[in-house]
Amino acid sequence: MTDSAQSAIRELAPARPTWHVVLVRPETMTFLLLIFGLVGASFLSPFFLDASYILRSFTLTAEMSIVALVLTMVVISGEIDLSPAANMALSACIFAWAQEAGTPLPLAVIVGLLAGLAMGALNAFMSIRMQLPSIIVTIGTLIFYRGLAQVIAGDRSIRVPDSFIGINTIMIAGIPLPVVIFVGVAVLLGLVLGTTVVGRQIYQIGTNQAAALHAGINAKRIKVGLFLVLGVVSAAAGMMAASRLGSVRYDLVLGGELQMVLMAMLGGTYIFGGRGTILGTFLAAWLLVIVSTGMTVANLLPAIQLTVLGILLIVAIIATNFIYARTQR
Amino acid sequence: MTPERPMLIEARGISKQFGGVEVLSDVDLDLHVGEIHALLGENGAGKSTFAKILAGVHSPTRGTLKLNGQTVDVSSPIAAQKLGIALIHQEPVSFPDLSVAENIVMGRQGGGLLSRVPWATIIADAERYLDMLGVSLDVNRPMRGLSIANQQMVEIARSLASDSKLIIMDEPTAPLTPREVDTLFAIARRLREEGRTIIFISHRLEEVRMLCDRVTIFRDGAHISTQSIDSISDDEIIRLMIGRTLKKFMRKHVAEIGETALEVSNLTLPGLFEDVSFSLRRGEIIGLGGLVGAGRTDVARALFGVQPAASGRISIGGSDATIEKPTDAINLGLAFVPEDRAGHGIFATLPVEHNLTAAIPGKVAPRGFISRKVERSISQKAVSDLSVRLASLRQPIVELSGGNQQKVILARWLLTEPDILILDEPTRGIDIGVKAEFYDMIGDLAEAGRAILLISSELPELLSLCDRILVMSEGRVTAELPRGEATQENIMQAAVPRSGVAA
Ligand SMILES: Nc1ncnc2c1ncn2[C@@H]1O[C@H](COP(=O)(O)OP(=O)(O)OP(=O)(O)O)[C@@H](O)[C@H]1O
Ligand SMILES: [Mg+2]
Repeated sequence: MTDSAQSAIRELAPARPTWHVVLVRPETMTFLLLIFGLVGASFLSPFFLDASYILRSFTLTAEMSIVALVLTMVVISGEIDLSPAANMALSACIFAWAQEAGTPLPLAVIVGLLAGLAMGALNAFMSIRMQLPSIIVTIGTLIFYRGLAQVIAGDRSIRVPDSFIGINTIMIAGIPLPVVIFVGVAVLLGLVLGTTVVGRQIYQIGTNQAAALHAGINAKRIKVGLFLVLGVVSAAAGMMAASRLGSVRYDLVLGGELQMVLMAMLGGTYIFGGRGTILGTFLAAWLLVIVSTGMTVANLLPAIQLTVLGILLIVAIIATNFIYARTQR
Repeated sequence: MTPERPMLIEARGISKQFGGVEVLSDVDLDLHVGEIHALLGENGAGKSTFAKILAGVHSPTRGTLKLNGQTVDVSSPIAAQKLGIALIHQEPVSFPDLSVAENIVMGRQGGGLLSRVPWATIIADAERYLDMLGVSLDVNRPMRGLSIANQQMVEIARSLASDSKLIIMDEPTAPLTPREVDTLFAIARRLREEGRTIIFISHRLEEVRMLCDRVTIFRDGAHISTQSIDSISDDEIIRLMIGRTLKKFMRKHVAEIGETALEVSNLTLPGLFEDVSFSLRRGEIIGLGGLVGAGRTDVARALFGVQPAASGRISIGGSDATIEKPTDAINLGLAFVPEDRAGHGIFATLPVEHNLTAAIPGKVAPRGFISRKVERSISQKAVSDLSVRLASLRQPIVELSGGNQQKVILARWLLTEPDILILDEPTRGIDIGVKAEFYDMIGDLAEAGRAILLISSELPELLSLCDRILVMSEGRVTAELPRGEATQENIMQAAVPRSGVAA
């Protein structure tokens, strides 16, 4: 029939070339910046050609990077959570306080994780059930959780038992455990987001929540789930930080939420939802470590370091928006 | 041709490429002052793209535009507005949180940055334009939540308010019922009298014949022919549009009517609809007719659990059903193609593939993990069944033409193999050739024992497809007409508020 001949011709219209699809995306920019940073930093200091130096530097931000991976999924779904750093501090304080009061260590860990879960649940309840904007809700809970941590720990640092200290000194095939965990979580979440139905639905919800509802996608349940996972993972990360530092204070990773958002944005996650990848955040976490240790090695003042990070974020946002706008037009 | 008429627009060699794909090639078109010019073509022929180029939304890859004999550069929508060109978008675009009135006067030149906003005039003007269009809407309410038809009316009012010399209407009538179409046409004719030029894009030939002076036909991005409407027959137009003759369509299938699939009694949602009762059997196609705002869409949304009814009973397959959210409805074998494609249908930036398979996660991911191979083959089949025109399955769906987006959403729901299919203006924006195939498909679905509820503003569609037609007016069912008795006249009579059949 002539119909089929015609439709065959139609489908032969050339697609956007594959290299274009593969390369013109925000992650490519993150990757190029990463290479750039590495080359630049190794000029500044020969230390940089030493992989173990970079790995050791990475353990300092590994906990936050892990949380940023989950946060990426929350942002893709169209929400945001600014409270995970405060959650890390409060869970760690509750954990340290519980074991100091005589709770056996494994039980104290569980108490810490449950605390994280409860904090995630509170965020979810207000943002999803009560439908308040998550940015406002989590600014509120960020202050609230940090305040509670201070109430519990006061101004002192609570020591954790020696047996719990030193996660960063455990090596697996020459790689510090926190880095291994980070890579493992990244692979796991990358698979969830890229190959499962839930992952697919996270993008769909973030792109158009009303359409997702009409397609029978349970947006609320998925978002609540994401907040809960983020709560638990933040608590775990808080305790990892406690293990690395040997003690806990209320100001653990103070201001860390900005670093986490920075990682997601640098990796090309779109702040209004629907776009972004785990790979992007993964690369951005390394980029940040290399840039900041590179600057430390080069003896740049902290103030200048901060300025550079700020510029980086602005560049990332402009580039991301530019690329998304171009591929859409 | 009427050579004595002065030219308003002379387009020469207009071409447009998107990422290396040429979607318009060397289009020449002249528009006279004071004519209504139809632009026809299949889905994806390039009509909207051409319209957007005239209105400064896209810039052409090649080609020149002359306005009143002078070469102009329409570099942005603002430039177009200054030149007196207004576009009524195929997908209404608005500011959902601003009021209707603000949306209507949007972009009009007003005093300085700090001068006071003349609210009284804005509201009075907005009311005047809506009155002209015969729409009763509170101009102070926000745009959000308006039906597609009313959004379209606001778009039309905005173009009237802009006082333009060239008004491009991209499928303005698609969501409208005959009454609104008549009003719109009366206004269009008056604008023509005032010497303005209108480009009218539509897939309904009878409308084109009623309204337009000349027609231009596009096919595959190329200008095929421009003629006076009186010198060309419908068959000829269709042949030029699709490059072949159309097989006779609108044959009525004879499906065997089986047991009751869906029974609705006394469904009520205060303010939207009241006391709606009907039953729908397997193999049956019921039409739901009525004017815009009669509550047809609201009933469909309630049945599908998007906005459940406050009281009343729904029973499916003989047993009572509780439908509180769409997931419940889907599990009971319902499918719903919503009328608001952009708002409730598509995931704009996601690939066509992901849009197609959104409602069948179980099929593409048997064990929770998506199988690319299965997904690809399902999508490929769906796309060729409905002859969706696209460059690649990985293309974001917004890049498809309006009609092709509609086909993708239809395909999404056909893939769920529903027992009960609710279609809300399913052929909105679909071209003649595909419409015929689509009607066939609906017939086949009924033959296969599925129950279909069809909401449509196109009377011929209702009359030729449906076994029974329910007419709604102001939230109530005012008539139930079996196939043999239904005519355009008695449907319209029941549809007009407070007259006709007493309920
Ligand atoms: N932003 C875009 N990026 C890539 N391709 C596009 C874009 N916009 C339109 N196209 C392509 O251009 C072609 C023409 O589209 P256009 O919207 O002009 O069709 P149309 O004639 O208005 O069709 P319809 O009757 O369905 O509205 C289509 O093949 C479409 O896929
Ligand atoms: Mg179009």
